Formats: sequence, structure tokens, C-alpha cells
Amino acid sequence: MNGRLVSFGVALMASVFAEGALAQSSGTINLADVAELSGSGATVGTNWKNGIDLAVEEINAKGGVLGAKIVVTHADSQSNAGTAKAQAQKALDGEPYALLGPGYSGSVKVCAPLAAEAGIAEIMGGEAAELTKAGNKFVFRTSFGQQTSMPKIAKYIAETLKAKTAAVVWVNNDFGKGGHDTILKEFSARGVKVVADDSTEAGQADFAADALKVKDSNPDVVFIYLNEEESARILKELRKADVKAPLVGETTLIGQKVIELAGDAANGALGHVGLTTDAPVPAIKAFRDKFVAKYNYVPDHNGIKGYLAVYMIKAATEKMGKLDSKNLAAALHGLTITPDKEPGILMEVTIDENGDLDRQSFLGEVVNGKQAIKEVLPKLKN
Amino acid sequence: MANFVALLIAGLATGALYALVAVGFTLLWQTSQTINFAQGEFVMLPAFFMLAAMHAGLPFWAAILVGLALSVAILGFAFKRLLVDPMLRHGVLPLAIATMALSTFLKESVKTFYSAEASPFPSIAPDAYLHLFGLSVSWQNIVVLGVAIAAVVALQFLLQRTRTGRQMQAAAQNPTVARILGVPVERMILYTFLINGALVALASLLISPIYLAKFSNGDTLGLAAFIAAIVGGFNQIRGAIVGGLLLGIVDNLSAAYISTQYRGAIPLCLLIVIILFRPNGLLGRAEERTV
Amino acid sequence: MSEAARTRLNYAGVAIALAFLILAPLEFHRYGIYILSQWAVMTIAAIGLNLTLGYAGQVSLAQGAFVGIGAYCAAILTTQGWPLIAAIALALVLCFVIGWLLGYPALRVQHHYLAFVTLAFSTLAFLVFRNESWLTNGTEGIDGVPRPTVLGLSTTPHLYYYYFCLFMLALVTLATLGLVRSPWGRAFIALRENPLRALSLGVDTRRYILMAFAIGSALGGLAGALYAPLVGLVEPPAFTLTLSLNLLMMVIVGGSGYFLGPFLGGLVAVLLPEWLRVVDNYYLILYALLVMGLLIYSPTGLIGIVDRFLVDRRTRAASAARAAASASIERP
Repeated sequence: MNGRLVSFGVALMASVFAEGALAQSSGTINLADVAELSGSGATVGTNWKNGIDLAVEEINAKGGVLGAKIVVTHADSQSNAGTAKAQAQKALDGEPYALLGPGYSGSVKVCAPLAAEAGIAEIMGGEAAELTKAGNKFVFRTSFGQQTSMPKIAKYIAETLKAKTAAVVWVNNDFGKGGHDTILKEFSARGVKVVADDSTEAGQADFAADALKVKDSNPDVVFIYLNEEESARILKELRKADVKAPLVGETTLIGQKVIELAGDAANGALGHVGLTTDAPVPAIKAFRDKFVAKYNYVPDHNGIKGYLAVYMIKAATEKMGKLDSKNLAAALHGLTITPDKEPGILMEVTIDENGDLDRQSFLGEVVNGKQAIKEVLPKLKN
Repeated sequence: MANFVALLIAGLATGALYALVAVGFTLLWQTSQTINFAQGEFVMLPAFFMLAAMHAGLPFWAAILVGLALSVAILGFAFKRLLVDPMLRHGVLPLAIATMALSTFLKESVKTFYSAEASPFPSIAPDAYLHLFGLSVSWQNIVVLGVAIAAVVALQFLLQRTRTGRQMQAAAQNPTVARILGVPVERMILYTFLINGALVALASLLISPIYLAKFSNGDTLGLAAFIAAIVGGFNQIRGAIVGGLLLGIVDNLSAAYISTQYRGAIPLCLLIVIILFRPNGLLGRAEERTV
Repeated sequence: MSEAARTRLNYAGVAIALAFLILAPLEFHRYGIYILSQWAVMTIAAIGLNLTLGYAGQVSLAQGAFVGIGAYCAAILTTQGWPLIAAIALALVLCFVIGWLLGYPALRVQHHYLAFVTLAFSTLAFLVFRNESWLTNGTEGIDGVPRPTVLGLSTTPHLYYYYFCLFMLALVTLATLGLVRSPWGRAFIALRENPLRALSLGVDTRRYILMAFAIGSALGGLAGALYAPLVGLVEPPAFTLTLSLNLLMMVIVGGSGYFLGPFLGGLVAVLLPEWLRVVDNYYLILYALLVMGLLIYSPTGLIGIVDRFLVDRRTRAASAARAAASASIERP
């Protein structure tokens, strides 16, 4: 019986690998997306994927890029670095024009060397600071790295709010740890003392203990770095525990979704916002309307990131004037994309030599259940 | 001290939810040796039945009824007929693994066909706080605790005081003898599945305003129910309740007083100690049947 | 079919499989080779769990944690300049010892409580990987785990590393085969089938349970030590309870307690989802349905299907022979 079993196994195996590489036909631009479509990052990945699909649909409806239609394939990394690597390898074996994703920093770390080896540009969603510090010339961000956003927040906390002590509440995963480490460094450089350092779990439902910890430490300011749903829960608990200190966070603290979920408890929360569908920019409002019309929900910043990734490729390709996959990375470096030339980019952006972005950002506050922009933080370099 | 009491109350409310989910889990185990790894997803799903019903234009109360009915029909009846019945005779593990696959199926289906986003869910409790002796307790916590206790008391009443309930207990404790005594064992087992369907719908109604309706909610809940059931003794409804409450409280207290970084493991380690000293669980009896 | 013929068929089957595993990757893309390597590594972990679960009858939800421990051993040592073989040795010893210690509760508690103890261990291991940054580099994980150099040949190309993994799988297979057929292995089975009887026959059940746990865990550690250089990054989320449950699924779906079970289970768990990816968004839904369908149809897993098929045929052949024999008797 073993002989039969083994042959059955062999047949199953052989069938898996029978498929060949997708050929790069001349009239199309093949983009390969590897994203967190299932597992813990499914919400991130699904937003990212939807953003990409929306951009591709728009571009193709207007005749494509230099006359070529874009074809995008999505692969699921299951929010796991090992699987992400396999899918990136599969995508690269098919010689795509560019690689999109993944969003988790760990997954980006294993995929980026593969992309570099293949000479294919990788436009990804990771925000960890170190991703663009490894000297990889093929990796590009779609949002600020934490090394760009955290100093802006720390500066605001130390100089505008004049806080001397801070409580830090963060989610202990791939997303939160990097932000936590960067903000702690910025705080100590600016003389802000951390009086409570509270690690929370992704998907945590009960924040009673965390809120009491923050309250007992009696900080001048509370810095919150959690995903949207958890942000809403802790805002509620902090209000319940009657914490009076200003609550400051990143994009995820004052998004429309948090406001919707936390209700009155969100009022007064402050945040640095890199990409938000609530930004006072007409192009972004238009994007949001298009997205809602297609998918029937309001995207978070990952939706915008996916959308921008495709437009970054379009702009760089049009700059080259031809479909040249090998030189795409070079064309992206140092590129400034303006909305009057490329409306799809939404806001003017400059890509630097490391693949980091420079873009306008905002300081927002939740006032009466609406995000209000208090301050526009200009691009670092003009 | 005020902190301690506040933590205790929050822990009790969370624990009551775990208990509600764990009770159904224990019921299924008692009557049919089903370890339902999809129990968490069973709690996640009814909220989406209710949301879908509301999208179809029904008022909230009607949507609750629709959710309850669908839950009993699908997660109770269909679950038993389609998955449990064919596998019942083949031991615990294959069925447990099949329910693992079922949990993936439910989770992925909701994500793909409904949404990967969390949806707000209307609360049956007012969004306000009750101020008592310098403490503020949210109405949500109070309602959760109250409903959970009421549900469990009603269930105990059903099991202890009604003829059907006693038959169910007999079927669970010794199916062979029960059958000889004329208890329709098969139907009693079916009843427990239907009751579980109703319990998860109730849990879903209580949990979703706090957790928000999201496809991935089952991950933590299913695990918590499993742990609560084991700690409580696995074959005792009262045990599951105590296990759930204990888990909620210990979780909160250890996060506050020991370590937030290890909050996931401390309750488990404490509970292991309990198990090592009481191998049949906190309130459990020695298992009468070999499994 | 005669006994000798069946043995010949077995050898032929093994030869075909080996030839395929060795030759086919030469034609594969790098992706295919990578996936096959994943299969080889996960199969080693599943073989270990099959020893614990299938042969000794103990439910462990911690195999993923042992894979994690092995992976961290490899990542920490090899990034410090140690050779992989040292890491493998450490992983084997460490997991064996931890497995042995973790087996102690198994002596005291049974069934679902044991599952619970291993579940708690699994949770704790994940938190240690994540929180003890001084050792494990926390959530960021350990990046740049190098591939080993074997016989002077760097295994950086996927193909060479695949052959290395395949070689290790072959070693594990032979060693396990030897173990299962030894008096030890028979004692394991006696234990699973009837612990009381085994005890009364003088089998020291305590030692065998601990041994089964320890050896199974050590194989998990070995798989982890091979996983780290394969992916190149070791990070905590890879070793959550999900991995333990997936390994459990592999063993059950393949056929728990059968020697070839883990190999088939590995095929289903690692390759089937890849194969189903043609249906895009729906592949996990379809995968879950297939697993449920399989278990409903054959609760003893894939092996059960083949078994049933063979038994069917044999019964039919036997009754045909009987019919023929009785016909010849009746005929004067």
C-alpha cells in the first residue's frame, strides 16, 4: 500500500508545479502584489489590495500607462514572513514589472533582498524605520517611515504642549514596537520622561488595567500607538478613568473610524496624520468618494498607500518614457511627483535616495466628533 | 483599593462573556465529546446575521430575532447534522480538527463575503457610566454581567428542574443507561447543540458592541472559552462559569500588577498550577467515561 | 497479490518518490523549490508530532513552540558565526530536555488537560520570543540568518538548500523507522492502544510517555533549526499556536499513527493551499471545505482512504476466490 500512497503524493506534488511563469507580453504592465490577505494583518492587506485595484482600474480606463494596460495579480502572504517570501519568489519568478507589498515589516525584510537580486523595484507598505536603512536600492515606501513621523510628534509634545512626562501605550507587534522604540528615543533626546510604558496586545478588548496604569502614573501627556479598533477602546477607558492629560497619537488615533467607534471619548484627541482620508485636500476627498462607491466602506491609510503605490509606478514609468522594469527603481529615486501633473498622487511627494518619502502632513484634533486640522506641517525639503 | 475594585468589575464583565461562551463549549463536550475549536467563530458569526438583517431594513429587535433563529438553525442544527454526526463515532481528534477547518471556513467567508473591516454594532446597553462610591462602572459592563448571569441561571433551571433538562443530563452522564431507560438520547444531544446555538447568539449580541463585529473576533474568544472550560473542569457548567470569571479577573489583575508584556501567559501559568493540584479542574468530577 | 510482489511494489514506490524529490526540482522555478523545502521542513516537525500523538497517544499543542525554539537556536548561533550543525545539536538537546520536562504534567493529567498545559507552554514561548529582546531581538526578529556551507558548498541557492533539507528528512525518516520498529516503538503503540494492559505487562509507561514527548519535541526543534536559514528571518508571529494547530492538522489529515501520515499531511498543508491559489480570494475557504470533507469521508485521514480502498479490493478478491473455490468443489 505504501507504494501506491507514495505515487499519489508524487502526482499531487507534480500537479502543483506544473504551471509556468506568466509571460510578460509587450502590451501590458504586470504588477505582482504580495499582501496580508489573511491572518492577523488581513485588514491591512485588504485595504492595500483594494487601493491597488482602484488605481489600476482608473488608469486602465484612461488608456493605461504609455498605452500599456496594467494587469495586477494578488498573492496572500497569510501575514507570515515565510509565506511572504515564497509568494514574492513566485511573483519574481514570473518577472513582473514591479513588486507591490507586503505591508508587515518582517515580511518586507525577507522579500526585499529577493527583489534587489532580481533588479525589480518593490513598492511596499512597511513603516519600520530600519527598512530603508539597509542600503537596498530597490525598496520604496508609500508612507512615512517611523523615523520621519515620530520626531514630528515628539517635537509637538515637547515644544507645543510643553510636556515633561509622558505615558506611552503601544501595541506589542510588528507595527507598534518600531514606533515605541523610535518615540522613546525622541523623548529622551527632548528631555521628556516616560512615566508609564504600557505594552498591549493586538486585538485586546479589555483596557481597564491599562487605563488605570496610565492614570496612576499621572503624565503630562499620553502617547497612544495602537490600531484603530484598540485606539477606540482605550480612548473610552481613559475617559472612564477620568484621565485629563492630552492624548496624542499617530494617524491611527484620530481617524474617522476611531471617532465613529469611540464616540464622545474621542473628542480632544490629537494626532499627527500622514495619510488620511480626512485630509483637507480635494483630491483626497475625491479619492475617498471613489473608494466608498466601489467598496462601500471608508478606507484607512493602507487603502491610500496601495493606491499611491500604483501611481508612483505610473509617474516613474512616464518619466522614463518607456516600459523599462530594470530602470524603474533608478527612475523612482529622487523623483518629485506633483498632483497637477499626476492627479492620482493626491499630494506632492518626493522620493529620496533611500526610498523614503517626503510629503506634507497634518496635525489634527478631534473636535465635536470630527477631525479638524490644526496645523499643516510642510515638506521637510522643498 | 478603588483601582482594585474597578479592575475586579471590569474583569468580571469580561469573564462573564468568556463564561457564556465556555458554557456552550462544555455542553457540547458533555453530550457528544465535541471539542469545538470553532466556538469563537460561532460567537463572531451571529453579529453578522444581525447586521445583514438590519441592512435588509429590519429594526434592531427583529434583527436580533433573525440572528438568533439563524444561529440556532445553522450553528446548532446544521453544524450537528452535517459535521458532527458523520464523525461522532470516530473519536475526539478528527472532529476537533474538522472544527478547526470550520473555524477557518467561517472566518474567511465573513472576510471575503462581508468585510475585512470591523463594523460598529448597536449596544443594548446605554453608553453611559454609573457612578457609585467614587467608582465609575459602565452600563455595558453591568448589562453584560446581568444578562450572562440570567442566561446561566435559566440554563441551570432548565437542566435541573425540567423533565427535558434531566433527560439531557442523563444522556450526557451515561448514554447507555439513559437509552435503556427510554431517554431519547439522540434528541437530547441535538437539544444541546440548539442551546449552544442560542448561547453563542446571545454572547455575540453582548460582545459585538465592545469587540466590534469583525471576522477575526473568534481567535481570542474561542481560546478563552477553551481555557475557561478546562479550568472549570470541562464536564461542569458551573465550572465553566467559574473558569470564565476567574480568567477575566486574573487577566486584568496580572496586567495591572505583574506584567503587561506577559499578560497572555500569566493567567495560563496560574491555571496550570490549579490543574496540577486538581487534575479534574476546579469544580470537575473525575471523568466517568474513557474518551 | 503476493507478499513479495507487494514488497517489490513498495520499493518501487519509494524509488519513484525519491527520484521525483531529487530530480524534479531541477526543472522547477525557485518558488517551487522553496515550497518543496518548506514541505520537507514541516514534514520533519509533523513526524515528531506523529510520534507523540500517533504512536504514544498524547495530544500536544506545543509542537509549533518547539519549532520556534529550534529556529531561534539556529538564528542566534549562526548569526554569531557558529556553524548550523552546532545549532542543530543545541536545538535537538534543548527541545529534548524541555519536551521531557513538559511531559511530566502528562503523567499527572490526561487528554484535554495535557492539551491545555502544552497550549500554555506554546503561549509562553511566543511571549518569551517577543519580549526577551536581549536574546531574540523582540518583534523585529533576527534577520539575515545565513545558509550553511555543506561539504564546502554554499547552500545559498534554493536548490542546494533544498537538497540539504531533503537529506535531513531522509535521515529523520530512517531514524524514525528504526525507532518505530524497535521494541521501543512497539511499546509506544502498546501504550496508545491500552495503557492499562501495557502497564500490567511491565512496560514502564512513565518513561515511555516522557520519551515520546521528548523525541517528538526534539524533531520539532530540528525542523525549526532548518526553517531559520530557509526563510532567513526568525520572528515571533511565525511560532504562535496557529503553527502548532497546523502541525496537528497535518498529522490528523495525513493519518495519525501511520508512518506515511505526516508526509501526506505535509503535502496537504503546504502544497494544497498553493495549488488552490488559482481560485484567488477563495482559496482558504475552499481549503477548509476540502479538509472538512476529507475528514467526514475518512476520519482516519488520507491513509484511511487508501486503506479502505485496498481492503475493499482485497475483500472483493477474496470473495471472488471463495466463489471460484466453492464453484470448483461443487463441480464434480
